[in-house]
Amino acid sequence: MTEVTAPEQSAPLTGTQTLTLAKALNAGMRRAMAEDPKVLVMGEDVGRLGGVFRVTDGLQREFGEDRVIDTPLAESGIIGTAIGMALRGYRPVCEIQFDGFVFPAANQIITQLAKMRLRSLGQVTLPVVVRIPCGGGIGAVEHHSESPEAYFAHTAGLRVVACSNPVDAYWMLQEAIACPDPVVFFEPKRRYWDKAPVDTEAPAAPMGDAVVVREGTDATLLAYGPMVKTCLEAAEADDRSLEVVDLRSLSPLDTPALEASVRKTGRCVVVHEAPVFGGLGGEIAARITEACFYHLEAPVLRVGGFATPYPASRLEDHYLPDLDRILDTVDRTFAW
Amino acid sequence: MTVDAHTARDAELVQLLTPEGERLEHPDYPLSLSDQQLRDLYRDLVVVRALDLESVALTRRGELGLWPSLLGQEAAQVGSGRALGAGDMVFPTYREHAVAYCRGMPWLNILRLFRGVNHAGWDPKEFGFHLYTIVIGTQTLHATGYAMGIQRDGHHGTGIGDTALAYFGDGATSQGDVNESFVWAAVYNAPIVFFCQNNQWAISEPLERQTRIPLYRRAQGFGFPGVRVDGNDVLACLAVTRRALDRARTGQGPSLIEAFTYRMGAHTTTDDPTRYRHSDELEAWKLKDPIARVKAYLSRTGLANAQFFEEVDVQAAEAAVELRAACLALPDPSPDALFQHVYAAPHRLLEEERAAYETYLAGFHD
Repeated sequence: MTEVTAPEQSAPLTGTQTLTLAKALNAGMRRAMAEDPKVLVMGEDVGRLGGVFRVTDGLQREFGEDRVIDTPLAESGIIGTAIGMALRGYRPVCEIQFDGFVFPAANQIITQLAKMRLRSLGQVTLPVVVRIPCGGGIGAVEHHSESPEAYFAHTAGLRVVACSNPVDAYWMLQEAIACPDPVVFFEPKRRYWDKAPVDTEAPAAPMGDAVVVREGTDATLLAYGPMVKTCLEAAEADDRSLEVVDLRSLSPLDTPALEASVRKTGRCVVVHEAPVFGGLGGEIAARITEACFYHLEAPVLRVGGFATPYPASRLEDHYLPDLDRILDTVDRTFAW
Repeated sequence: MTVDAHTARDAELVQLLTPEGERLEHPDYPLSLSDQQLRDLYRDLVVVRALDLESVALTRRGELGLWPSLLGQEAAQVGSGRALGAGDMVFPTYREHAVAYCRGMPWLNILRLFRGVNHAGWDPKEFGFHLYTIVIGTQTLHATGYAMGIQRDGHHGTGIGDTALAYFGDGATSQGDVNESFVWAAVYNAPIVFFCQNNQWAISEPLERQTRIPLYRRAQGFGFPGVRVDGNDVLACLAVTRRALDRARTGQGPSLIEAFTYRMGAHTTTDDPTRYRHSDELEAWKLKDPIARVKAYLSRTGLANAQFFEEVDVQAAEAAVELRAACLALPDPSPDALFQHVYAAPHRLLEEERAAYETYLAGFHD
């Protein structure tokens, strides 16, 4: 008889360790749970299984079923009850299993989670984190590859962030959990297996800050989540000196940092997987244009998904921005 | 008092064929099938299992992105699928491959979806089989609305009208949409059958995480009858579904069928059930195999001989070989497919993007 294999309990994380992005999220949650007994994890398959991406692996074994809750299969229920838990003083970290499954919870997130603080004139705080694995590139079926960040960035009362690497995964998630406001936390699922050294004693930049991840002088690439790595690869492959800025916070935007980069380079391309139309790129382009008009050598251009539903996986390489599409757009800013 | 969801009295379970292949009679569910019909049900079960196993094999070879196996649920799907009439409409989840088979839909249509060629692609009207639905439980409301449409078409309640049959799983019963569909169907007395395949697991979460009472009893609270049937008994599933469809057709409204079965495989090929369930549970359910009991019954009663079983096995193997060849021959979609079928009427933005991308791609050929 095969026994159910229990996940191994890992030693407390100290010093600098090389972690995958998924493991870094796991370590960040572990630390937050160890430091604050009010932190809870809730979601479908997050307990015994450790999540379909194993991001919560071992947490239930370590912290018990009261703190790592395998919920019934209902996303509205997850967020609605998380709100109730928060009203009772807890800090729920909710996992939405895949991006396309957040919509049953959209009502609770948009009409309730985002607005309760205002309605109580600041007397009710809801420190709820909604973790959403997002983006494509993993050959998945429908509803498993979407980038719904604009819906939430459009909703006042929510903070929206996206990590792009293990270091930010570790630190930003802890900051999101500690944040008194609700935070929608996007995780680039195709980067879950990317590795980097994570220094557990040197905090990353605050989650509200954009970070220049590659210095350059000729043009600025603005990206977040899964597209940061793609932009870095594009910049590496190009002869021009391209600066890459990781937005990290999508709402609010760190506009001073974005503007500083664009004032320096004079050219700006915004890159995201989500459809260009109605996407964050439009908001960013408008703000950059307003603030940096006389510094711009060309209009702010955008690269992103098409005005189509996310396609079947055999077409996703056409849909997702890649090096060629990014650099083709950079070419257009230089040809202006 | 709460009743454990698993330990409902056996008396509550409608069963017409025991795991040992013994034929039982049930006062509420008389079933009279010809010898040929019985043999055909066996043939269906064997063929769909072979096609399902072939689909798993194709996934292991990298030909499909993933595959949600129906292993263990053949009887629930074939029994209910064969109860349907030509004009009835099925609203499936993403695992009703055997129902699709019973509706005459080519298995290859399903492979296209899981190969990533398209998101479904078949015409629901052609087969009376709606598109697969991945977001859990949403299709139950569509089925209910469809049934409300049937009500308005005429023939409703005459016994010759069409019906809708919505499939969903034990996990889906927690979703708001499913509960809302129960409310709608009940208050409008819609001609619909809710067919819940309770396979005991929602990925890693056992039934206890979704319910404290047997699922079929929930129907009572919504105001329509519920019944639990042995989901591994193709005869019982056929009889129970027939009766529920008759109720719908004759204007008596919705029913809930809980087909008590077991997901013998992983949730999908990307899942690893050894992380969350014990193999002794699997071994216990193997003794209730949906195919073995029909074979035992046909053998013992002399309705089929070794030659028949051999012939069915050969047919199933050939179907699997054909499926594999057809899958490997599937062409990839052209880039332009991205922009097709998003809207019925011309759309300015989409046309702009299509033209720009065409120009962009053409640049690589210069």
